[in-house]
Amino acid sequence: MSLTQNLYTSISSPSSAFLAHSNFNSRAKNVSLPAKRFGICKCVSAATQEAQTAYKTTVSRNANMTKLQAGYLFPEISRRRAAHLLKYPDAQVISLGIGDTTEPIPEVITSAMEMRSRALSTLEGYSGYGAEQGEKALRAAIASTFYRNLGIEEDDIFVSDGAKCDLSRLQVVFGANVTIAVQDPSYPVYVDSGVIMGQTGLFQKDDQKFGGIEYMKCTPENGFFPDLSSVSRTDIIFFCSPNNPTGAAATREQLTQLVKFAKDNGSIIVYDSAYAMYSSEGLPHTIFEIPGAKEVAIETSSFSKYAGFTGVRLGWTAVPKQLLFSDGFPVAKDFNRIVCTCFNGASNIAQAGGLACLSPEGLKAMHEVIGFYKENTDIIVETFNSLGFNVYGGKNAPYVWVHFPGRSSWDVFSEILEKTHVVTTPGSGFGPAGEGFIRVSAFGHRSNVLEACKRFKQLYK
Amino acid sequence: MLYCQLSSRIRIPYAVSLQPNTTWSTSSNLSNEKSGHCTSVPRNANMEKLRSGYLFPEISRHELEHTQKSPHARLIRLGIGDTTQPIPDIITSAMAEHAHALSTVQGYRGYGAEQGNMALRRAIAETFYRDLGVKGNEIFVSDGAQCDISRLQMLLGSNVSVAVQDPSFPAYIDSSVIVGQAGKFQEETGKYENIVYMKCGHDNNFFPDLSTTSRTDIIFFCSPNNPTGYAASRQQLKQLVEFAKANGSIIIFDSAYSTYISDESPRSIFEIPGAKEVAIEISSFSKFAGFTGVRLGWTVVPEDLTYSNGFPVMKDYDRIVCTCFNGASSVAQAGGLACLSKEGYRALTRVVDYYRGNAEIIVDTFASLGLKVDGGRNAPYVWVRFPGYSSWEIFSEILEKTHIVTVPGRGFGPGGEEYIRVSAFGHRGCILEASRRLKNLYK
Repeated sequence: MSLTQNLYTSISSPSSAFLAHSNFNSRAKNVSLPAKRFGICKCVSAATQEAQTAYKTTVSRNANMTKLQAGYLFPEISRRRAAHLLKYPDAQVISLGIGDTTEPIPEVITSAMEMRSRALSTLEGYSGYGAEQGEKALRAAIASTFYRNLGIEEDDIFVSDGAKCDLSRLQVVFGANVTIAVQDPSYPVYVDSGVIMGQTGLFQKDDQKFGGIEYMKCTPENGFFPDLSSVSRTDIIFFCSPNNPTGAAATREQLTQLVKFAKDNGSIIVYDSAYAMYSSEGLPHTIFEIPGAKEVAIETSSFSKYAGFTGVRLGWTAVPKQLLFSDGFPVAKDFNRIVCTCFNGASNIAQAGGLACLSPEGLKAMHEVIGFYKENTDIIVETFNSLGFNVYGGKNAPYVWVHFPGRSSWDVFSEILEKTHVVTTPGSGFGPAGEGFIRVSAFGHRSNVLEACKRFKQLYK
Repeated sequence: MLYCQLSSRIRIPYAVSLQPNTTWSTSSNLSNEKSGHCTSVPRNANMEKLRSGYLFPEISRHELEHTQKSPHARLIRLGIGDTTQPIPDIITSAMAEHAHALSTVQGYRGYGAEQGNMALRRAIAETFYRDLGVKGNEIFVSDGAQCDISRLQMLLGSNVSVAVQDPSFPAYIDSSVIVGQAGKFQEETGKYENIVYMKCGHDNNFFPDLSTTSRTDIIFFCSPNNPTGYAASRQQLKQLVEFAKANGSIIIFDSAYSTYISDESPRSIFEIPGAKEVAIEISSFSKFAGFTGVRLGWTVVPEDLTYSNGFPVMKDYDRIVCTCFNGASSVAQAGGLACLSKEGYRALTRVVDYYRGNAEIIVDTFASLGLKVDGGRNAPYVWVRFPGYSSWEIFSEILEKTHIVTVPGRGFGPGGEEYIRVSAFGHRGCILEASRRLKNLYK
């Protein structure tokens, strides 16, 4: 099963083949010839002539796009996987790279989507444009499920087609003239969207960072929580907890520090809580559990990893009414304007699924699937522990962060792929402080996770 | 054909887009009255340049006020171009089946390709671009044209100049302002200083005079047009492509209403030779398949379209799509594929014909009143002129006196002043009732 499904995924990502970049071929990324010209046995002068006479518009390429180093991280992982499959067509490749959910969506949720689909072919059930901010019932359910008694209400919730899309919309709200801080390592979208928006300088090869971004190091030495006393002020602070990729979940004390830091600096925290339901008891599930957070934070979240909605596309962002720009203008008002102008609402069918997710039965079913992935995580953690590695994460998130001190993470990624046919994600893809680490994601059928662990044990015994 | 009795209750849509949102102060400069905290993050100056809310939520707001004022009024909505007819069974069953499959081991799928399901991309190429040389890999499936417009703007950045038709779909101008291309708004002209407005009116038969149009990097062009309903001829589009080529510009061609064309007007910019070197095309399943709530569209970025340094635009667009987006809903895409099956397409043609029938009734209504009427033949919008009147005045008068919601032409740009846009989406019974009321008002 896994092989064919994996093949399906690789074939349906044609961009990864088209964008044949390699991270360590610095010449390749400057070549602007379309991929089809590579490998053609033409005499050089004819090829150059073809490039010169082809019509070009006189529109300048967006300079911000030029700053990006390579393709987005995850299509790059797909490309490597596809290339590996071509090399070893009979290999049973196991994907613990991209955090892609694998378990079926519980029926209580899919049947709600079925019903909504069918209703669209009836007079009474047909609906056209929905409110761009989301269907009322879903907004209310999100507020009461995740933010009960925290002062975040239905109209503070903006339903979307996912956190990744929301992050870009937030960036559009903020514009080019804000400074940003990110954790290092972090989910690549924060940095990449910042570059695209023009918030950053150029990429500096020596320290593998973009100029103008404040990178807040998160390593085993500081318990994966940044030393805020050495962090410069920025307008925006992206913070993900439980963390992708390290799996670290901030404590109440740490988040209280973070909120105070933001308040003292007049900053806005963009808090990514996409993995909150994976965290254990006692840890904050939302930034809004911290007093004062409503004046300094926006929270974004997603149904992707809770309900297996990675393909269905549904998420939300909470923007408190109390969050104001320096001139007193409510951030939510501008976000609402962006949502109405640059977006047209999440799919009504996905929203029907979302509502079912938040019914008592749906919540129970989601907890079961999350529990399943958490068991996978335990197996992976135990495996690497038993092999003597320093292993982080895995307790509060579906990611395991394994240390390979002194080694290049892309080298380790390649070694694991080559020798065990298991796809992981190299830590440096998440930022320079990810170097020397590998992220192993815990999404997968149990049998695949067990088999992968068996292969890890063989390789590293 | 579906007919419906006009019910006596106000027809509130399932999704209740009339839900009163947080009532924001209309002043753009809220002082912090409570002793609450203000961050020191400056508001994005581009957002300040926007004049008011986006046009269509503004229309909703007027609707809501009206229903609150006249709660017994039987409102007829010919304002926002919102589809009303059910989606054919063959399409919704495909979506239901896909949803069901997601609950099975064999049928479950996680992340799809950000560019869209390859089968759907190919089906779009086959259905809309057959023999035009557009390939599956040049098609990027999305959650709709409105979203794609903004993604294209993010791609292009703030340092490009932009031209729009006047009047035009507000998202082109608004997204341009938001991204920082537009410069300041000038009260006297009602225009943004850096945008080139290509007037489309009676004097030039709704096609801009390109000989007096300044060069810009980007040209937004919608045909069949929202709001005027005008579909450019092959000759005119050839001129446009030549103009773009001579100026090294990129056309962003919005063909969302192409399935409403009833004559020989081109349905895609790529019917024009040479267009692949100068144009991007955006389109949508919204008005074609009733997918306004389901959310599905696409953008074509040809391989041959390059920036001044030779870099393929497609490569950067792909990067945007992979970084700022995560693909259209797999359920919507399953529906899209069914839309493009033979049976699905046939069923949808019947729905489009139904709306065309509505448009005809509306055109006849206004024409019979002696008003100058345009559109309605190749698009689901009717563009009616009220010379000497402010379009917001007419909008309010029609709403007050007949409880019909339309859209004031001014909302689409200064070139829309004196016009009203009447959309042809609605149950036939409502359209006929609207026609009666309008005849009564303006007889």
